[in-house]
Amino acid sequence: MAKRSSHGKLVETVVLRPLDWTDERTAVVRGTKWFLLRNVPRDSSWMQTLGSAALTAFIVQALTGVILAMYYEPSSAVDPKTGDPIAYSTIVTITNDVTLGWLVRGMHRWGASVFIILLYLHMGRVFLFGAYKYPRELTWVTGVLILATGMLLGFTGYLLPWDQTAYWATVVGINLNGTAPFLGPWLAQFLASGPEIGSSTLPKWYSLHMLLLPGALIALIFVHIYLVTRLGVSSPPWSKEAAGRERPPVEQTGARAGLVRGGGGD
Amino acid sequence: MSDSGNHNQHQPGPSLWPIGFAIGVACLLVGLAISSWFVAAIGLVLAVVFGLLWARDVTREVRGEVPEIEPETRAVAEAPAPEPAPAEAVPAAAPAPLPTYSRSRFLEASTIGLGAAIGAVVTIPVLGFTVLPSFTNLPDNDVDLGPLDSFPEGEYVIATYLAHPTQGEVSRRTVFVRNNGLTNTNKPSFTILYSRCVHLGCPVQPNGPIDEARSKEVEGVQLKPVLAASFGCPCHGGLYDSEGNRQAGPPVRSLDRYTYSIKNGRLVLQDLYAVGNVSGTGASAMISKYPWSVPGTHVDGVEAWLYPIVPSQVTG
Repeated sequence: MAKRSSHGKLVETVVLRPLDWTDERTAVVRGTKWFLLRNVPRDSSWMQTLGSAALTAFIVQALTGVILAMYYEPSSAVDPKTGDPIAYSTIVTITNDVTLGWLVRGMHRWGASVFIILLYLHMGRVFLFGAYKYPRELTWVTGVLILATGMLLGFTGYLLPWDQTAYWATVVGINLNGTAPFLGPWLAQFLASGPEIGSSTLPKWYSLHMLLLPGALIALIFVHIYLVTRLGVSSPPWSKEAAGRERPPVEQTGARAGLVRGGGGD
Repeated sequence: MSDSGNHNQHQPGPSLWPIGFAIGVACLLVGLAISSWFVAAIGLVLAVVFGLLWARDVTREVRGEVPEIEPETRAVAEAPAPEPAPAEAVPAAAPAPLPTYSRSRFLEASTIGLGAAIGAVVTIPVLGFTVLPSFTNLPDNDVDLGPLDSFPEGEYVIATYLAHPTQGEVSRRTVFVRNNGLTNTNKPSFTILYSRCVHLGCPVQPNGPIDEARSKEVEGVQLKPVLAASFGCPCHGGLYDSEGNRQAGPPVRSLDRYTYSIKNGRLVLQDLYAVGNVSGTGASAMISKYPWSVPGTHVDGVEAWLYPIVPSQVTG
């Protein structure tokens, strides 16, 4: 008895008090509980895990991409040692020489397809379950933006090995963009960094692939997951369960109160 | 003008001159930083003029002029009835209520405005740096393919060269050159087809045997004579005849060609142009020539009118 109470005291002192202290200043404990400890419909199934699976695939892409960036060099100049372009030579080095490089590159290369496939499966599930309907319209819209950004990541990443497949596939891709009405030729010329692919194309695509697009994707994922957390998981269409999460009711005057001068409520 | 006077009178009246003074000083400093005496002079003039105006405003009280200070009032959006001015206001205030613009609204607007201006100053050059290098200061396109006798009359030669030697191998390009002999006006005639497919830009290959024995490299240009009965694209099956006319597959026009000039007995490539159709062959061919357009776009026929409405050339 005395032992248990001393144990409880220990937990209180070492864990709970610091948590309270932190939460009082940051609300991080409340936020974590809000994020993780929420009800899901009783009859939700493995189908509803596809989004988490896609997120996991993205995390794998991010981590393996960071490691690959330590060994990859986006230069189209010829490496005097190998006679091949430096970008291609570093890919060969990663694949053949760096310890476990083949594994990390393989994870990144195949994980890209896994990510897109999981996005499509997730999207199909949401579509067939009707989970895009009120109030989750914006969750769907951000999901579509995530898919578009993911495909842009695939498009830009495909060039980086700088082999014949990569080069000509990118020529075709740039020219496809070039046939878009009005802005197409400018878009194509921007992507190629000139009338045709040149020495500054590869660094540009590398920068897009590992700085701009992942940043955009991470931001979109945050918005997407925030919306999922706020609105809760929807139940399958055959379910008798009430779906979604309790949300505070919106006032009749709405969120606009006090926002606009003379708009009422101020 | 004693200390027992109205407290408000000791504060300087609202004035816009300090803003002009600040702009002038900033302009002067920028001018000094970028060593532009012109900008610095403008900044100096602005600073002096607005500084004097400001000083005149501030010293009005000392000099005995009665400043006309508009009383600051709370913003009243719609005031149908004329409200009496606050009691402690300057007696000279006009009886009719003037449209008011309170200090807080001014500060709000100027904060947002200055923030937008600073943001624009930072982002616009960055955006320009992101986009403009793809369109400006592009390297010259003229390429010297070497002496004319590298190109025997009546047969195609695969010429592979570096379009921009400073960029290295990434700028390696291929054209198919045929010396057509002389035209009926006794001018030299060449057919120079660009190897990029006008469907989506893959490398078109001549269909026919390459004469490896006579292949050579002249001043960095690889030359391979070939018996080109037609040209085919490996990507999506586009097929062109020996004049570059589309025969089959997805291309929507004939192979692009280069204009050329002959300088000191050497063949020099100039500009790429799009070709609608070629009738006839060799020196007597009739070529319907159009400004270059991205692969996959029609340059003639009804399709060119229907889709896409693209500027024919980006670089001009």
